[in-house]
Amino acid sequence: MASTTQTEIPPAPPGRRTRAKSTGRVGDKIFLGLSRGSGILLLVIMASIAAFLTYRAAIAISDDEGNFLTTFDWNPAGDPPVFGIAVLLFGTVVSSIIAMVIAVPIAVGIALFISHYAPRKLAGAIAYVIDLLAAVPSIVYGIWGALVLVPYLEGLNLWLDQFFGWTYIFEKTEIGVARSLFTVGILLAIMILPIVTSVSREVFLQVPRMNEEAALALGATRWEVIRLSVLPFGRSGVISASMLGLGRALGETMAVATVLSPNFLISLHVLNPGGGTFAQNIAAKFGEADAFGRDALIASGLVLFVLTLLVNGAARLIIARRKEYSGANA
Amino acid sequence: MAKRIDISGLSAFYGSHKAIDDISMTVEPRSVTAFIGPSGCGKSTFLRTLNRMHEVTPGGRVEGKVLLDDENLYGSNVDPVTVRRTVGMVFQRPNPFPTMSIFDNVAAGLRLNGSYRKNALADIVEKSLRGANLWNEVKDRLNKPGSGLSGGQQQRLCIARAIAVEPDVLLMDEPCSALDPISTLAIEDLIGELKERFTIVIVTHNMQQAARVSDRTAFFNLAAVGMPGKLIEIDETERIFSNPSVQATEDYISGRFG
Repeated sequence: MASTTQTEIPPAPPGRRTRAKSTGRVGDKIFLGLSRGSGILLLVIMASIAAFLTYRAAIAISDDEGNFLTTFDWNPAGDPPVFGIAVLLFGTVVSSIIAMVIAVPIAVGIALFISHYAPRKLAGAIAYVIDLLAAVPSIVYGIWGALVLVPYLEGLNLWLDQFFGWTYIFEKTEIGVARSLFTVGILLAIMILPIVTSVSREVFLQVPRMNEEAALALGATRWEVIRLSVLPFGRSGVISASMLGLGRALGETMAVATVLSPNFLISLHVLNPGGGTFAQNIAAKFGEADAFGRDALIASGLVLFVLTLLVNGAARLIIARRKEYSGANA
Repeated sequence: MAKRIDISGLSAFYGSHKAIDDISMTVEPRSVTAFIGPSGCGKSTFLRTLNRMHEVTPGGRVEGKVLLDDENLYGSNVDPVTVRRTVGMVFQRPNPFPTMSIFDNVAAGLRLNGSYRKNALADIVEKSLRGANLWNEVKDRLNKPGSGLSGGQQQRLCIARAIAVEPDVLLMDEPCSALDPISTLAIEDLIGELKERFTIVIVTHNMQQAARVSDRTAFFNLAAVGMPGKLIEIDETERIFSNPSVQATEDYISGRFG
């Protein structure tokens, strides 16, 4: 707190210390200018990124001989150039959904354990380790995924195929190592675990004491207190946390590019190797693409940008709709 | 069933700090007992030992005995969760479950117990809301969130929630201190009705309130800040306010305190 205050008020010039009161107004002006400038700068940067993306994307899409939204191919260097985002959109969404399905319940469980079950010292240690997971660079996750996770998951894949093959989703119809969307989903789950956990934990710690005591005094067990007071209060926070995680999962690049063996097919058999995501495709193709190929990749990046915006917007809507129940007006 | 509470040699601690020291008293069934005393004298802490809520505070610890009709609440095989189901509590600030409807708030305790017949639930909720003098105000909006009610209504909702499970004892921790005078009056009237069915213990900073609602009054005091609170005396309310046997009580009541 103290340090923020210090940065907000620029120190008076040394020679004018006796007139500290009048320089306060100058400080206000400087600070106003600085903060307003940062705000405007941010808008300018965002606008230029959007303009840049849209401009380059428009060039690429207008010369695309296939349908940009539905084509199962990525060949902007061909004659005629044919490329589309269908597979990338599918792969991005599916791998992120898998990551969310795995990560959110585990993260909420860890957050509840840290905030309401674990003894204080253990809670601190666990929180630290979880936060440490966030500090691992994504390329390290990628290498670990490719060298460790992929071979280890083959057993799990066989098991899933054998017992849950009837669900269609877990049916493995192609032979090959587990460089699949499912593996990517698991890897992404591990990567988004820290952010979802720590935001949820903060929210759970903020549950007002009196809300928990209301449940306790009725004879609620620890789990019932969580069900009656903690989870309802934390719901919107958990949604925000999940959306932060989802944002990371949608845009994750290096880890996915290292693990996935991409192809341009759409298959709901998530155990089959293949598929692709926006970020992975850009990372894999950008280096050897010509100018037009890069524009095509930028067009796909624009779609990812829009997708992320939509996800954030949806999250905001969900949170706003639940506001009257949030406990803030209790 | 209203039950008698017999407290003997009760001390409560926060970590190594002793908050209340060696309290013994009897709380009569079907009556209102008021706890009065200066801030920090431990009357709220003492109240919270009567339903084992004190020990949920980190470092909270209790020594001594609390007998509820001969059953020691601090017996080694007694589950505090069970204790809290038979000793209800109403807090200083109204705390309905914010995400629940009015109906669900009242039904929450019953659903925790699981000891009700499905088709009886609506009847119990109505009976409890009537018992809390709230039914006429909310009967048309039982499905609206409880947090949308006024403060006084919320507090009566909390009382309805507490009495829905038919507790043996009802503890009230300054239930009117966050309410306006009209809501306060409504709650005080309600306390007068509830004592026909429950044993009621109320902590209050308002001495007129203690004089109005209670049958017996206990005065707590502490020697100095940081010292444990003690029970100075407990007697018929009339006697405490007219002719107390301890000088400190008279000083406190007549405002000549500290």
